[in-house]
Amino acid sequence: MRLLSGARILAIAKKEFFHLRRDHLTAGMVVGLPIMMTLLFGYAINQDVRNLNAGVVDEANTSASRALIADAVATQVMRIVSRAGSPRELEQMIAAGRISLGLYIPSDFEERLAQSRPPFAQLLIDDSDPIVLGAARGLAQLPIRQQAIKKDSPGTFELRALYNPERRSPVFIVPGLCGVILTLTMVLFTAIAIVRERERGNLELLITTPVQPLELMIGKIIPYVFIGYIQISLILLLGVSLFDVPVRGTMLDFYVGAGIFVISTLTLGLLISTIAETQFQAFQLTFMSFLPQLLLSGFMFPFEGMPRAAQYLAELFPLTHFLRIVRGIVLRDATLSMLTNEIWPLVLFFVVVMALATARFRKRLD
Amino acid sequence: MTIAIETHDLTRHFGDLVAVDHVNMQVPKGSIYGFLGPNGCGKSTTIRMLCGLLIPTEGGASVLGIDVLDDPEAVKSKIGYMTQRFSLYEDLTVRENLQFMSEIYQMSRTDRAQRIRVQLKKFGLDDRARQLAGTLSGGQRQRLSLAAVTLHEPELLFLDEPTSAVDPESRREFWEFLFDMVDRGTTVLVTTHFMDEAERCHALAILDQGVLVADGSPKQLMAELPASVVEVASDTTRIVREVLLELSEVIDVAQLGSRLHALVQPDVQNPTAFLGAALERKSLLASLKLVAPNLEDVFVMATLGRGADR
Ligand SMILES: Nc1ncnc2c1ncn2[C@@H]1O[C@H](COP(=O)(O)OP(=O)(O)OP(=O)(O)O)[C@@H](O)[C@H]1O
Ligand SMILES: [Mg+2]
Repeated sequence: MRLLSGARILAIAKKEFFHLRRDHLTAGMVVGLPIMMTLLFGYAINQDVRNLNAGVVDEANTSASRALIADAVATQVMRIVSRAGSPRELEQMIAAGRISLGLYIPSDFEERLAQSRPPFAQLLIDDSDPIVLGAARGLAQLPIRQQAIKKDSPGTFELRALYNPERRSPVFIVPGLCGVILTLTMVLFTAIAIVRERERGNLELLITTPVQPLELMIGKIIPYVFIGYIQISLILLLGVSLFDVPVRGTMLDFYVGAGIFVISTLTLGLLISTIAETQFQAFQLTFMSFLPQLLLSGFMFPFEGMPRAAQYLAELFPLTHFLRIVRGIVLRDATLSMLTNEIWPLVLFFVVVMALATARFRKRLD
Repeated sequence: MTIAIETHDLTRHFGDLVAVDHVNMQVPKGSIYGFLGPNGCGKSTTIRMLCGLLIPTEGGASVLGIDVLDDPEAVKSKIGYMTQRFSLYEDLTVRENLQFMSEIYQMSRTDRAQRIRVQLKKFGLDDRARQLAGTLSGGQRQRLSLAAVTLHEPELLFLDEPTSAVDPESRREFWEFLFDMVDRGTTVLVTTHFMDEAERCHALAILDQGVLVADGSPKQLMAELPASVVEVASDTTRIVREVLLELSEVIDVAQLGSRLHALVQPDVQNPTAFLGAALERKSLLASLKLVAPNLEDVFVMATLGRGADR
């Protein structure tokens, strides 16, 4: 193999910057996408459930039953939108979708309390929506204000949440969002950048020059590494300023970790570009590779809850490892050296996929 | 005389289609070699194989003494290839495109600026240097393409229909430029559909359905045409043409402006008299004259023969 030429790599990188400068839509996406996603996930997507519509049937209608209802409302998990006459009526309202929760207090509520004979009351829930189910579980733990009840004893364990005791979802989401957005845009941009040359006929000229495949690949990814840095900086800045996301580790660790991740996930774009013939195919392949990463990496759903096979699969994805790195550094004040277990898979991914892409890229038309 | 390109049984299939069929040719160094042939006859495919962009199905070629199958990369630094379709970057300016090419060929910094200035001037693009390549007119684009592929002064230049959108005046300048390069030792292989351009080449190859059906210098090809050419002038060229085509001794009749060129089998002793008699029988008026074959006659003859075979 001939020696790589730094000048040629630079020439390609420079040219790619020129393209970006003239392509306002892509340039807009570079900045717009992270801002939009951060705001969306930060404000709109909130895993703390509030104000579920509830119906109430209070057959007891005593001071204790009214206190229970008041306590339930005070949690802010539910708000009463309707009162009904019977549990049947509650069921019908749930079926019709008018309420998600039905609170039924039987007429012998006080007696049950007095005799400590649970259940004291019943929650009917619309568990066709798993979020409601989760919220209702919390509600079911609601202690009852009554000296006579000894159920309200402290649990075995005292809980000490170390990093996000208020359970604010932006704190979980924003660091992860860095990884998700990078995965999407880095792969997409690199894949498109090469396929576009093929589609527009530029490649026929380019591969007749002495340029080497690896020079082309490296030159192509350099501008996108910069873009990646702009994006994560934006996300982090928004996260800190709007959502009070604490950044506990050092920025140096964060940027080095992110750099390793960006370079390794970019190679996936290069690989896609050697498979796709058109930009549209590149789009589809990018999304095909993005969806499993989004779903299995631990960003959307808890990693530990997944079946073994899915976990093994997820270990292959760069995003899975980056999520652990970024949460470690940003939230837990971990250093990169504590996270080597997550770094070597990224390096391995880079080496393997880059080799694949370079081997697949032929300076030929057939 | 040394050889710049030599092919032996160069063949390329695309599925069932034989795009290039056992082509054997030799292009001497320092000459302009023309590639002629109808659309889809395999001109671009041949060039792509010579540039190492397509692998031959059979046979091979050596370019500047290097086997293209063995070491396509060694060939690439010595050649320039102007593609049929515009292949520079439309969203880069004229200067940025040239700059990029100069960097890819690793020209030295001082050389670069100098060469770009020269090329811009030579191809009349100095006042377009800041214009986006995508907004250039068709002819300007082709000038830019040629400027880009000759920037590194390649020993061998492949030009695939370089003048298809160029006006006659610029075409002449284009060719003057090619002759300049050849004077300095460059070899040029050029495809064209223009007969006047073909006539300027030192040697020609005519391809038809992938097969090399004729080659040689334009003079030689015209002199050795295996047919007599009769020029027919008439007011009723359409009917005259139909009548002539019915004769088995007539190979083909082409309309050139208001006149017809009839290609007659060489064994017909007095072609003018023979055709005149045939027209008289149908009481058609025409004046006939035996003329020297031109390149178009050569082209028609060469590409017709195979068409009849198949
Ligand atoms: N990649 C390909 N796949 C399939 N068929 C192809 C491919 N490239 C070329 N061909 C076919 O090979 C034949 C020769 O094509 P080529 O482009 O070499 O013709 P050409 O002589 O350059 O024609 P033109 O004068 O129109 O440019 C054509 O029939 C074309 O359809
Ligand atoms: Mg062609």
